[in-house]
Amino acid sequence: MSQLKTSEKVCGMGHSMKRKEDPRFIRGKGNYVDDVNLPGMLYMDIVRSPFAHAKILSINTEKAMKVPGVLAVITGETLKQYNLHWMPTLMSDTQMVLPVEKVMYQAQEVAAVIATSRYAAADGMDAVEVDYEPLEVLVDPYKAFAPGALVLRTDKKDKKDNHIFHWEAGDKAGTDKAFADADVTVKQDIYIPRIHVASIETCGCVADFDRVNGKLTVYMTTQAPHAIRTVFALVAGHVGLSEERIRIISPDIGGGFGGKVPVYPGYVIAVAASVVIGKPVKWIEDRMENLQADSFARDYHMMTELAAKKDGTITGMRIKTLADHGYTDASANPSKFPAGLFSICTGSYDIKKTFCEVDGVYTNKPPGGVAYRCSFRVTEAAHAIERITDVLAQKLGMDPAALRFKNFIQPEQFPYKSALGWEYDSGNYPAALKKAMEMIGYDALRKEQKEKRAKGEFMGIGISSFTEIVGAGPSKDFDILGIKMFDSAEIRVHPTGKAIARFGTKSQGQGHETTYAQIIAEELGIPASAIQVEEGDTDTAPYGLGTYASRSTPTAGAAAAMAARKIREKAKKIAAHLLECAEEDLVWEVGKFYVKGSPTRSKTIQELAFAAYTNHPQGMEAGLEATHYYDPPNLTFPFGSYICVVDIDRGTGMVKIRRFVAVDDCGNIINPMIVDGQIHGGLSMGMAPALLEEITYDENGNNQAGSFMDYLVPTSMETPNWETAKTITPSPHHPFGAKGVGESATVGAPPAIANAVVDALAHLGVTHIDIPCTPEKVWRILKEKGATL
Amino acid sequence: MANHDIKLTVNGAEMEAKIESRLLLVHLIRENLKLTGTHIGCDTTHCGACTVLLDGVPVKSCTVLAVQADGCAVSTVEGLEQNGKLHAIQQAFWDEHGLQCGFCTPGMLMTCSSLLAHNPKPTELEIRESISGNLCRCTGYVNIIKAVQNASATLQKEAGHVAA
Repeated sequence: MSQLKTSEKVCGMGHSMKRKEDPRFIRGKGNYVDDVNLPGMLYMDIVRSPFAHAKILSINTEKAMKVPGVLAVITGETLKQYNLHWMPTLMSDTQMVLPVEKVMYQAQEVAAVIATSRYAAADGMDAVEVDYEPLEVLVDPYKAFAPGALVLRTDKKDKKDNHIFHWEAGDKAGTDKAFADADVTVKQDIYIPRIHVASIETCGCVADFDRVNGKLTVYMTTQAPHAIRTVFALVAGHVGLSEERIRIISPDIGGGFGGKVPVYPGYVIAVAASVVIGKPVKWIEDRMENLQADSFARDYHMMTELAAKKDGTITGMRIKTLADHGYTDASANPSKFPAGLFSICTGSYDIKKTFCEVDGVYTNKPPGGVAYRCSFRVTEAAHAIERITDVLAQKLGMDPAALRFKNFIQPEQFPYKSALGWEYDSGNYPAALKKAMEMIGYDALRKEQKEKRAKGEFMGIGISSFTEIVGAGPSKDFDILGIKMFDSAEIRVHPTGKAIARFGTKSQGQGHETTYAQIIAEELGIPASAIQVEEGDTDTAPYGLGTYASRSTPTAGAAAAMAARKIREKAKKIAAHLLECAEEDLVWEVGKFYVKGSPTRSKTIQELAFAAYTNHPQGMEAGLEATHYYDPPNLTFPFGSYICVVDIDRGTGMVKIRRFVAVDDCGNIINPMIVDGQIHGGLSMGMAPALLEEITYDENGNNQAGSFMDYLVPTSMETPNWETAKTITPSPHHPFGAKGVGESATVGAPPAIANAVVDALAHLGVTHIDIPCTPEKVWRILKEKGATL
Repeated sequence: MANHDIKLTVNGAEMEAKIESRLLLVHLIRENLKLTGTHIGCDTTHCGACTVLLDGVPVKSCTVLAVQADGCAVSTVEGLEQNGKLHAIQQAFWDEHGLQCGFCTPGMLMTCSSLLAHNPKPTELEIRESISGNLCRCTGYVNIIKAVQNASATLQKEAGHVAA
């Protein structure tokens, strides 16, 4: 935004308006799912498997039923009576709600106890006795993929292996030729580990089935309430739950990051329990359940190669990936994209010949493949290209910045058609990198590094010039279970000129109540403070696919602008009527129409709203409201250049981020304060897997990071002061030129940090380190190179 | 299960409760007293979403038994606002965009209010150390630190006016 079009009072686009949702949160008056308390409410606790793969021999509920307060124990056999023991995943695979024959991962749901209090439910859970017969466990995806491996999904008739899907994109033969003709090639196995979103609020629900009117209301931690309603109707239609009798309410959400997109078994069991018992049932996970059983993210093993000329021009790219999906494919991807948008892996570079392929496999781990704050595997793609670019720079003896400048898609090449089929809408990659280099003082840092190396000190500088692909998506390609990925807005202007707006998305901290109001304020001139925004109640909001993958501004935000423009069109007709002029003679200036050449003859939007109910033209419908379902013509392509400086302690291997400069470009900005907040949080969640977080399993499938004791979410002590800046390249197809921004930093940060760590050790011959760059891992490398203190 | 009669003050109001020995303080606050501003995020004393003040000292109420609060003064986020005026730390969190999803916020506010009560002019490192037991997944702590600095300045200004 070059300049603000609206006053401080109206607070349209570009104002750092203080958030409208905050007054309740700072007073402890938010309404999260565990705050919902209904009369007669019961509590549910879940018995989970200690084994990663085992046959269930028996489940004895006798003792549990004797625990005071316990009313019922639900098992797979209970659900089987209603054919509800299995459910479909978003990727059209199948997932157990509760097992009948065997468990497939540690912490899998085995039975559920319903009781009159939280404590009684936990007592009952402890008293359920389950006999297991442990089976061979497959944790290594390569072993699971190998011929002759034990077949895990014995529930699937005719399944003879653990292969889920093969997906590929690009020109294989052409790429092979580019590699054959190349002056230089590099190849690196890059692993991006299994991690967990670990939002501070865990998942849960209160399912409330009203036997009198047959209506089910579910308060639940979901990022996509409408899609969940439809899934519930599809899964439970045969037992009488039809969609008009299902109401999903997504109350305040304590962080989502993708982890609150899937349907977890706990939700379904709670619903079944409420339907059977006829009382509200609350289920709230504890942190260990959340980390051990809910959907994971990443877990991509990417064999990545680049081909180049001697001068550094990249001529080809190949990636062969093995994706560990756990025991079922419960990814949250658009239907046509089993590997998400991984084919954005050419990143910011003009690479003509590319071929990428992904194979998904089953293992004895929790299912998932959700995002961890990223648009469908974009982080994996960005990590591969940004890491391998540095491997190439090192091999060529080129500065990594120079190599990037040499290969960037140039500003004049947009819209740019990538070798893997995407049409990048806009970008100016050299400008962002230049700005980041100036901010951080790149040349001086390289000089300092040289001096430090001479003194035996380890300092590294890492760059990441990433491109994202967000805002899914155009209906021709994007759907989830067949439902197209549009999103919606409905605006009603009241007679006194205030408004209410409802959306199909659902904020989890992004500040939609503020930013959507600002979009409408910009379009209509009604002060943002006088526009109430509501989301998350399927009985009142228009249908939408929800908030994830940085899609809210590109889709629902666009819908808000389009609905507001429809309202403006109607207001114009009313203005013409009141001012007794032709519509063509009216000029719009924020908040009012005036007659061309006669600015004092005007009507404000408030006057027009009043007239819409009190003095509308004959023949016109009364009222001033509009709904818009926005089908984006393309995705948006935010980008940025990040530079990270690290210092490594030779004694401990500890990596310390000294400085981190993030230059982001998300097109036109609605609220600069909120955008910066999104970047700060995204950078922290980018740093997390780069330095701290990883979920690993031992050979028996035991989760090694199942609580916050072992799963290291960054604290204030590890998190540096992020330095942020912007360039602005508006999206040419979005109604107000915006792009998604919530996840850019999570995508861009990990390779910047990994590249800095490798750069610090490059003179020792180190060319790659898999994240997280933990002190132990770095210390072992220093030790191997004889460089420890 | 043994029961206990306890007496405590919560946000200045005296109260009595009959409770099981094993009842956690956080459940007494959230479920018996219906003060749902205090949240539960981890059950293992790591995340700090359940932080309340026990006789002015921050504690993680998910690992304190309610009986341990017998005879004590408990302060929760609901008690920060006084006579319709936000506490300086609440106002600063709002002004500096120190919160996003809001789930860690009540615990964070209690920790920060205690810090400022004991150390009116904390350094950045002191702020970082003070909130290192409160996890925030949304903000990267940047604006939380700014908010504490902002509240510190406000409180000093107010104290200056009173002194004057």
